[in-house]
Amino acid sequence: MPDYSWPPMNDRRVIGKRISRLDGGAKSSGRAKYASDFYRKDLLFGMLLTSPHAHAKIVSINLDDAKSLKGVTAVRAIAAPGDEIQWEGAEIAAVAATSEEIARDAIRNIKVEYQVLPHLVKEEDLSKAGPRAKAAGEQVTGDPDKAFQDADAVVVEGFYGIPVLTHCCLESHGNVVEWRQDGLNLWPSTQNVSGIGGDLATSLKYPAGKIKVEMDYIGGGFGSKFAADRWGVETAYLSQMSGGRPVKLMLERRDELMIGGNRPSGFAKIKVAAKKDGTITAWQSESWATGGIGGGGSPPLPYVFTEIPNKRMSHSAVATNTGGVRAWRAPNHPQASYLTCSALEDLAAKLKMDPVDLFMKNLEVTARADTYRAQLVKASELIEWKKNWHQRGEGDPGPVKRGLGLAINTWGGGGHTSQCRTIINPDGSVQIEIGSQDVGSGTRTVITQVAAETLGLPVGSVQLVMGNNSLPPSGPSGGSTTVGGVSSSTRKSSVNALNKLLETVAPVMGVQPEQLKAVDGRIQMKDNPSKSMTWQAACAKLGTNKISEMGANDQRKPEGLNSSGVGGIQMADVSVDTETGIVKMNRFVAVQDVGLVVNPKLADSQIHGAVIMGICGALMEERVMDAYTGRMLNPDMEFYKLAGIGDIGEIISHLDITPEHDKRGVIGLGEPPAIGVVAAIANAVANAIGVRVPRVPLTPMHVLAALEGRNA
Amino acid sequence: MKSKNPPGTSRRGFIRGVGITSTAVGAVVLEKTALAEPFAVAKTIGPDAAPITLKVNGKPVNIIVEPRVTLLDAMRNQIGLTGAKRVCDRGTCGACTVMIDGKVNYSCTVLAIDAQGRDIQTIEGLAPAGKLHPVSAAFVSQDGQQCGYCTPGFVMAAKGFLDRNPDPSYEQVEHGLGGNLCRCGTYVGVRKAVLEAAKEMKGSRHA
Ligand code: FES
Ligand code: FES
Repeated sequence: MPDYSWPPMNDRRVIGKRISRLDGGAKSSGRAKYASDFYRKDLLFGMLLTSPHAHAKIVSINLDDAKSLKGVTAVRAIAAPGDEIQWEGAEIAAVAATSEEIARDAIRNIKVEYQVLPHLVKEEDLSKAGPRAKAAGEQVTGDPDKAFQDADAVVVEGFYGIPVLTHCCLESHGNVVEWRQDGLNLWPSTQNVSGIGGDLATSLKYPAGKIKVEMDYIGGGFGSKFAADRWGVETAYLSQMSGGRPVKLMLERRDELMIGGNRPSGFAKIKVAAKKDGTITAWQSESWATGGIGGGGSPPLPYVFTEIPNKRMSHSAVATNTGGVRAWRAPNHPQASYLTCSALEDLAAKLKMDPVDLFMKNLEVTARADTYRAQLVKASELIEWKKNWHQRGEGDPGPVKRGLGLAINTWGGGGHTSQCRTIINPDGSVQIEIGSQDVGSGTRTVITQVAAETLGLPVGSVQLVMGNNSLPPSGPSGGSTTVGGVSSSTRKSSVNALNKLLETVAPVMGVQPEQLKAVDGRIQMKDNPSKSMTWQAACAKLGTNKISEMGANDQRKPEGLNSSGVGGIQMADVSVDTETGIVKMNRFVAVQDVGLVVNPKLADSQIHGAVIMGICGALMEERVMDAYTGRMLNPDMEFYKLAGIGDIGEIISHLDITPEHDKRGVIGLGEPPAIGVVAAIANAVANAIGVRVPRVPLTPMHVLAALEGRNA
Repeated sequence: MKSKNPPGTSRRGFIRGVGITSTAVGAVVLEKTALAEPFAVAKTIGPDAAPITLKVNGKPVNIIVEPRVTLLDAMRNQIGLTGAKRVCDRGTCGACTVMIDGKVNYSCTVLAIDAQGRDIQTIEGLAPAGKLHPVSAAFVSQDGQQCGYCTPGFVMAAKGFLDRNPDPSYEQVEHGLGGNLCRCGTYVGVRKAVLEAAKEMKGSRHA
């Protein structure tokens, strides 16, 4: 069995280096082409008609006036009379036309009669949900009632809520499909290049082998772009009906926000008991959430502090007439971290205890006490906790109050199943072929670094081919599984290819293949560097035969190349203007546990991005539904707010890049730093202003309401 | 009691410093609108599609557009210039940023017919093929991008900003780039990239 293990940390030439992302120039010059950029003279424009009602029955659909428009090439009803529509934005019909303007006119010309039915779109008040709320069974550990009644127990009770967010990818969902006689070409915006063709094939009942998928760049996914989706299937039919011309259908912004994916909410009434010294003795939570008509979203409570001895948990899923949930960066974890850490911060405040001490005191009920202990120390140092923290509400006397807060995270991040091919050509050129995708995390760069390191070459000598489904299949990019998967498969295929090369040149050099290694563009003897030949000369010995070798990562058997299971501590430093309710980020510290870091520069960017996404969620993001009409009130980017460049303050990321962590192999980093941000900021605000704002986002409205003791 | 606020936090500074998104964007739009002269339309056009000529990256381009078509859609759907992206389509996000007569503009808020006779510069015209403009290069070296979908807009906004503010402070960068949004959260890199580009461009001007 070849030795696939990672080279020792000190010997690495390319892995671990802060290399700039290799596709950076293509992106920042506007030359990178996304599915939405597809441009060809014969291109047609597809568009959807979606439901304006949250709950309705279709009485009739009349397509005639759409079909008769000049320039319209296809019109299709997606829903049929009698169908029950369960959310605003549900797909009703689709058109294709020679221009977007004509497509828009055609959509306007479709006449649909609806019988409007009663809806439920808000879940914050569980008492109004009635039979729409489905309770999962209660889970009880130990004797929570006894623990809460203990005469010495300090008990806090609170209500906390985090709303539904939408993924709001800047490139909306969609694709281009060209369905010709001899096959189907799909140019999607997807996190799943290898798998999406099969998904479309199933829906179309069309041979998967005849579907060609290509995607070089994707404008954001965050967990919401894995499937072919209803609109993908419709785009295919529109193309077929239009004589096989390519049709581009990207969701309009309002549809993107309504049906392109959202993250479930999380609401909970939580009660916690502790001894006077801060040892937590009991937890009780009654939580609920919605993820659309299918319910969905169950935050794992209590988060991280799972082994509290006495617990009672119950959760209800509320079915609302809203677009369905999709996976979002660390599904269920941000909500769980927010709900748990808020309750613990409230407990610390009641105990008049520093929450860092409270966390420290209770680490034994977590799965990685040592990691968190060290991280609490490190994060406190970076944010100058001791110097800046004060008891809740006892900060500045003036109207602008500063506060600190903390939160905790955990995630898996093991590598997904992935195959890779390494080709070494007689002219010395190298190709890496892998059916993966770079969602912006830097996957291209990482794969290239691993191959270059393994073959002893600079990154510029490795040509990477990815982004189509004829390449060796690699898993979808979700759950922080990509970096572990692709780095392992690339390592293996490249070791295998290199071994073939060494077998060819060893006899020429009069040595055994095992005595050779590849380094700095040469093949040389391990114990005698003076005996070597250039990479070029070695490859020339291949004659006319190229080397083509595969490597695979098996998710269940990572063989030490990747692993999973990390923790992190995050701390926020905010100022709150108590007269305007505006919260300003001063500083955010993210201390994150990682394994082998292939590229620290890209790793930092991942953390910064995760933190900024969390700042959006903490301060401004919320899907706002109107109870009366059942409609989303902010399906645009003016009122569905994202943070701008001036809203984020200073962000400090800290990764422990040490031999000890390196030994664990590669671990994904996309999700964990996205988990605790809302929690840390919410706690910092409570610390600053002296009261809990029970409901995020921490908008001026919610902050002022909390200060005045009313419910917003 | 000792102050826990960072040094220099005053009420005015506090409110000004907070780039509540709409405030920052609003400021940019208003500034532009105030500066730009009303676009002169040569003759009445429409309601049907009509031939027009646009001057894009120094070259005249002939297209036939309906009056309702935005400059952004004309570029993307008819001219094949897809560097500017359509994201919000409502003047909120900056992904569609181009320069018109040297000033930063959201191309989704300008009708193609109103852009006749104007000097339109897009990201495609920023550097010759195979080369990177210093602003684009700084976005690479400071990793001011992830998925990259917002990036062309940011680069154009940064270019326009640096043309007016060749030696900006950190705070000016935060205000000047407040009209662009990124979902991947690349602002840390963007801040550094704009400052690096300023240095680079100043260096080359003196050279
Ligand atoms: S697309 Fe023009 S500002 Fe958003
Ligand atoms: S880099 Fe993805 S939206 Fe900005």
